[in-house]
Amino acid sequence: MPRSTISFIRRGQRVDVGNIDPKTTLLDWLRLQERSTGTKEGCAEGDCGACTVVLARERDGRLVYEPVNACILLLGQVDGTEIITVEDLASSGDLHKVQKAMVENHASQCGFCTPGIVMSLFALSHSGKETINRSDVNQTLSGNLCRCTGYRPIIDAALEICSNQSPDLFDGRAEKTLELFKQFRSLEDVFVGDDDSFFATPAAESSLAFLVQKYPDATLIAGATDVGLWITKGLAPIKKLIWLGRIRALAAVEETETTLSFGAGVTHEAAAPYLESIDHDFKEIVSRFGSKQVRSSGTVVGNIANGSPIGDWPPCFIVLDAEVELRAGLAMRTVALEDYFIAYKKQNREPGEYLRRVILKKPSENDHIRLFKITKRRDEDISAVMSAFRITVEEGLITQARIAFGGMAGTPKRARSAEAAIIGLPIKDIATWRAGAEGLLSDFAPLSDHRASADYRMRVARNLIIKALAEIAGVPSSSTRIVGLREAAYAAE
Amino acid sequence: MPPSDVTDLTKMPLRHVGKSLVHDSAALHVQGAAIYIDDMPEPEGTLHIAIGGSPIARGNITSLDLDAVRSAPGVFAVLTAENIPGKNDVSPAMGDDPMFASDRVEFVGQAIFAVVGTTRDAARRAVRFVKNSFEEELPSVTVEDAIERNETVLPNYEFGRGNTDEAFAGSPVSLSGQFRIGGQEHFYLEGQVSLAIPGERDEILVYASTQHPTEVQHVVARVLGISDAQVTCEVRRMGGGFGGKESQATQWAAIAALAAKITRKPCKLRLDRDDDMMLTGKRHDFRVDWELGADNDGTIRAVDISLLARCGYSADISQGVVDRAMFHSDNSYFIPDVKVSSRRLKTNTVSNTAFRGFGGPQGMLAMERMIDALASATGRDPLDIRKANFYSDGRDKTPYGMNVEDYDVLHQLVSQLEVSSDYRARRTQIDAFNKESPLIRRGIALTPVKFGISFTLTQMNQGGALVHVYSDGSVHLNHGGTEMGQGLFLKVAQIVAEEFGISLDRVRIMPTSTGKVPNTSPTAASAGTDLNGMAAMLAARAIKGRMAAFAAQSYGINPDDVIFRDDVVLVGSETIKFSALAKACHGGRIHLSEASHYKTPKVVWDRPTAVGRPFYYFAYGAACSEVAIDTLTGEMKLERVDILHDVGKSLNPAIDIGQIEGGFVQGLGWLTTEELVYDSNGRLRTHAPSTYKIPVASDIPEDFRVSLFEGANREDTVYRSKAVGEPPVMLAISVFSAILNAVQSLQPGTPVPLNAPATPEEILKAVQALGGGGGF
Repeated sequence: MPRSTISFIRRGQRVDVGNIDPKTTLLDWLRLQERSTGTKEGCAEGDCGACTVVLARERDGRLVYEPVNACILLLGQVDGTEIITVEDLASSGDLHKVQKAMVENHASQCGFCTPGIVMSLFALSHSGKETINRSDVNQTLSGNLCRCTGYRPIIDAALEICSNQSPDLFDGRAEKTLELFKQFRSLEDVFVGDDDSFFATPAAESSLAFLVQKYPDATLIAGATDVGLWITKGLAPIKKLIWLGRIRALAAVEETETTLSFGAGVTHEAAAPYLESIDHDFKEIVSRFGSKQVRSSGTVVGNIANGSPIGDWPPCFIVLDAEVELRAGLAMRTVALEDYFIAYKKQNREPGEYLRRVILKKPSENDHIRLFKITKRRDEDISAVMSAFRITVEEGLITQARIAFGGMAGTPKRARSAEAAIIGLPIKDIATWRAGAEGLLSDFAPLSDHRASADYRMRVARNLIIKALAEIAGVPSSSTRIVGLREAAYAAE
Repeated sequence: MPPSDVTDLTKMPLRHVGKSLVHDSAALHVQGAAIYIDDMPEPEGTLHIAIGGSPIARGNITSLDLDAVRSAPGVFAVLTAENIPGKNDVSPAMGDDPMFASDRVEFVGQAIFAVVGTTRDAARRAVRFVKNSFEEELPSVTVEDAIERNETVLPNYEFGRGNTDEAFAGSPVSLSGQFRIGGQEHFYLEGQVSLAIPGERDEILVYASTQHPTEVQHVVARVLGISDAQVTCEVRRMGGGFGGKESQATQWAAIAALAAKITRKPCKLRLDRDDDMMLTGKRHDFRVDWELGADNDGTIRAVDISLLARCGYSADISQGVVDRAMFHSDNSYFIPDVKVSSRRLKTNTVSNTAFRGFGGPQGMLAMERMIDALASATGRDPLDIRKANFYSDGRDKTPYGMNVEDYDVLHQLVSQLEVSSDYRARRTQIDAFNKESPLIRRGIALTPVKFGISFTLTQMNQGGALVHVYSDGSVHLNHGGTEMGQGLFLKVAQIVAEEFGISLDRVRIMPTSTGKVPNTSPTAASAGTDLNGMAAMLAARAIKGRMAAFAAQSYGINPDDVIFRDDVVLVGSETIKFSALAKACHGGRIHLSEASHYKTPKVVWDRPTAVGRPFYYFAYGAACSEVAIDTLTGEMKLERVDILHDVGKSLNPAIDIGQIEGGFVQGLGWLTTEELVYDSNGRLRTHAPSTYKIPVASDIPEDFRVSLFEGANREDTVYRSKAVGEPPVMLAISVFSAILNAVQSLQPGTPVPLNAPATPEEILKAVQALGGGGGF
């Protein structure tokens, strides 16, 4: 029998929630059910961070603390975790060191974003990092909007906290918490609700495959960083939800000499170190992908499965000749990622079928990777144009080219004319770079929207070809970029 | 501990005023214990409201069928214009903002009805069951649409002096141009919210997140057809305001009040973020048409500037906003012959409203844009052009006739910043860098701010306070100002604690309530502390005077020899605890409460004749910003910012620096990443933080140096401080000018067609216009 409650730890106690609308968000549960109003709703779409809470989980025998946006996280997704909110940090009248640093640095004005910022910094203080620099702080805060302070005092508070490694209340009771987590280790399925309305959390992939086939109209979620908005903004009448977040097999990253594969449950955060090992530019894109909160919930495969034409990973993965593995019941098949996207909002996926993993091919010795993300705001913004390059250069000539773009068409797509235009040409020749840019004109006819005009998209996409090829030809990135310099990163290593 | 040496004690420096004390709510903020309206325990039976808005931008409502809405699950009541017992008008002055549109709709999202449900979710879902039809008209969306239709919300207005046409004709350098300035969404983190609780005999208590409780009170009374005295509006704190809750918090409070009246239940209305962004007004966007004449050395002879403001569908407070744009279109520069004209254009978009700076930023940006064009045309450094045109001896009259008396403050401040920011050396380095860098270009700019302090509507320059001393010596502080994070409550409490010589924790800061202090002005125009701090100080002084007189009489000494210090009162050679004196005063039947009032001196402005002194004083500041731009993508990075800002004698340096940094970053967002995009149907496409991008932590420069200028206000303000709320926003103009300067390096002398906000797309467009943007 599956467990029929959503169960988690709250303030040292196990809480079991049975009778609940499956689409209830964690934020609504906190504010409306528990009446803990310290956590705020600023946008209800995971972009402002006022609702940030921390989920503690056991990983490899120790506790990890991750910030999440409670506004778009469904209550079912906290199953098996400890929920920590801003009210929980101070103990017997003493402020937590994070809170103290915020107060002493004058880091709150109106105070409405403050609970979320405190929780992001609380997670940072438990990140295990021994030294923190400004760029770490920027990443920690990229999902927390503050409209009053201009951030400087918050950044100062963050830097101060991280120089203070003294244990806190939560470190003090870590063993007790780990003990409490033991009760969640069993591999039982969770099914809250009935056939018409439920939140299901299979513990094994076989259960998942069964559920997806039994309820082909159910909505499958991993991080729900997109589906959460269908609920809070679209008021979507979703009744059946299947969450794959507890399936160990799907949380696996598998690495071979030549490939890298991410299961459907692998979050962006978990994937980050592997992606960053491919090329420096992945580090840059990871740091600008959503926010810490979104990266802690959202999954790499989810970014593919939702079929958006502006997801950041599809172009990056297409140039790495990625494949996706789909499963229906016991049947499995593999599709090249670029063929998975058929048209706007149309993918090569049948009802009852789900994406179980994505497999990337690592670049070879003569391959050069370049990734560029173009946005209005550097951090936590959806790309106007996303571009990815894998250019193979042998003896000064381009022997193979993979160039893919997001934001330029109804799907993430390769720029085959641009690729063809540069094959066989010398990489160091400015004429080659221009040929690539020229080639792009027949690849895309982008649209205008609130992120960018068609003209800008086309112009910038062409210029990015010039930038990528110039860099590969040896022009130092300090002459081609204002952020994410490659030399600086290598010098630091 | 009682002091041992009385003489030393009397000479002690100020105990609270001038100290960097932390915000009074900081410890609550960080624990999630500060209570905003949506956090208040809900009274039993509280109902929740959602708004049903217009799907079209302009036209007539031909039918409205709400049956399905009424029968939706969880619906308690549905309200339309027909339910309003009083006037269907939530406007601040002009009578042109219906609470619910009844026959005509004028922008997408305009409220037509409200659903009152048992839960917020039920109310939001029910809204979608409406069936309505419209006779649709082509909307006016742009400035050009409005000009073509010749539709305005208020009459045109202009002032100036001399003969600009003659001056242009005689000017060796003659320039003209057209330039666009985008609007800005407030994006207060706490959206609009109100909770209305019905009382007996049609009384109503409204908790509203508003900068203007008095206006909420008045509008609720007007809509419900009751007297002002039957309505109490209270606000403890807002989760940000920035002008967005000055005139535009009233509609939501009034709808909640109507719902409470009709249902006889407590009713709460909290707008969803997308609704908030679509249904409430923003900073005005402008088209600026300008002409400038100057000497060859860049000395300005004449300016003709036309400010075309997109006001949205109604007047709101656009009169004051556009007037302030006009008042600041000189910024810090003397213009011998000048004409400033303005149009308040009507578009079928949400009614634009107050936003930190209140038009000042747009006027000032327009002037600075002209200065940069003049620098380019004359081949001089923009800073030299700026300094050459500063108000100075004999060149001190503004276009509106007020004299600038303390221009020397600006001269000193800019000179200091020029040195401390190392402007000249960096200019040389940047020029050298740009010569060697085909793709990445750098730019630097140092721009000044001169911002007029006072409401330009003279009658609003008044403040009130109500102070009680209880018989245990604790103090109850009420005043007309509201707290939105700016630290007003703390500053006023510092002033009052200082006056009584007591510790700050003895002063209990109370929520703002129309029942405590009546007929208040909004907390706006940066004037919160000037008005309410002074009023509270007067109240404390009056009570202190009575306490001193009583003590003096009791001990047979002169009241002037009674000193309030360190929680004690020195009466001649006696030392009495403040609390003991309070108790004794009560026993002696001394009145320990005072309601006080303050009005700003000197200000007078006659708008029809454009004569007078609209401002009590000016606040000054300057910023130096350096940027790098990528000419392939238009991306920009802000490398370093130096700010020197004049707050007079600071009441609380930490709070003031917070205002300066926060204001600067808000201005930075306005001029770079924050872009409001309306489609041709008048629909706002950027109505959530996913699409509307305010600055995040990585947008502020790693090298960010902020200092306060040393000096006292020459006017007699509270402790000689200066207002600080709005002026820092305009320090961000230095970033815009630095971007322009970086683009200019591609082709010196050619006009740079850069509009605000300078998004990557806008920058790349300007780069291309100057022959760049193609790579190598």
